[in-house]
Amino acid sequence: MSVNKKIVTDLIDNGVEFVTTVPCKQLAGVIDEIDRSDSIYHIPSNKEDEGMGLCAGASMGGKRSAIIMQNTAIGVTINTLVTLIQYYHIPLPMLISYRGELGEPVACQTEMAVHTKALLAQLSIPTYHFHAAADVDELDAILKYCFMSKKPVAILTDASFWKGA
Amino acid sequence: MIRSEVLKSIIPIITDKLVVCNIGLPSQELHLMDDQPSNFYMLGTMGLSSSIGLGLALAQKDKVIAIDGDGSVLTNFGTLPTIANNVADNFILLIIDNGSYGSTGDQPTYAGLRTSLTAVAEACGCENVVECKAEDTATVLQQALDSNQMTIIVCKCESGNITVPVIDMDPVVIKHRFMQEVQARNDG
Repeated sequence: MSVNKKIVTDLIDNGVEFVTTVPCKQLAGVIDEIDRSDSIYHIPSNKEDEGMGLCAGASMGGKRSAIIMQNTAIGVTINTLVTLIQYYHIPLPMLISYRGELGEPVACQTEMAVHTKALLAQLSIPTYHFHAAADVDELDAILKYCFMSKKPVAILTDASFWKGA
Repeated sequence: MIRSEVLKSIIPIITDKLVVCNIGLPSQELHLMDDQPSNFYMLGTMGLSSSIGLGLALAQKDKVIAIDGDGSVLTNFGTLPTIANNVADNFILLIIDNGSYGSTGDQPTYAGLRTSLTAVAEACGCENVVECKAEDTATVLQQALDSNQMTIIVCKCESGNITVPVIDMDPVVIKHRFMQEVQARNDG
């Protein structure tokens, strides 16, 4: 099974029916796989805080939701993470491309990469880092933890992970 | 009419509907005038009322009214193309457009100057965009509900505020009772 298929299968197996995305080159394959799924409503958003609002609404409507975005979005969404997702105890898996790590061709991406884990730690957001291809095996447990704890959870997926996938 | 008077005029219509209400004074005014488990009050996160409302409408069957403001829509402009391209006929976005940032001291917004939110919503591809005078809001809202079509209402009203207390309910309580209400309506 491809890693993209595995990710989407885990989302579906954990009852996720509503996914919003803001694209990243590293995430193109998983977004395509989301689009191919009949059991997930895919709603692209124009900005990641908007996407978190959509997910919060869907979650309150009884549908488990998730967001797929780039790590630069952490800079965009801090207020939304704190005053909506965390404040109201809304579970939100965040599948995040971890740009700016080893193998990164675009220098500017390293600027947010060096802040990404520190920001997530400051926000007390449980964070998992997929570096080797086999790390994806933990996704199912991470999703279960997210919905059990009603917290946002960050899954950082770096270039090495996608290269090995 | 100012926003609080508009809200008062539509309470007979929205009292039994699922309502997502904008941060600040709009939520405080609605909470003061007609607190209901079917109201979701935003205590933070300016701009996301329409996004939360759309997500809620897409996820379940019951009708949803998102009450937003011109300043909040300007903050989250990307919401209008998303709404236009993800039609939910159980969704009504009511933008109370008083041309000002009411909760922060009535500073003017661009919507009160040269920018028409009605024209923007239409340009984004939204169908059923209705601009109305404040006095006609209740009638237009009832027509939108009766039409069973997703509708964007831009209610043009005067700037101004009444004195209202802040909401001291815990956010998790607001969410919990709201979700119970949503579930009961969808189970029924």
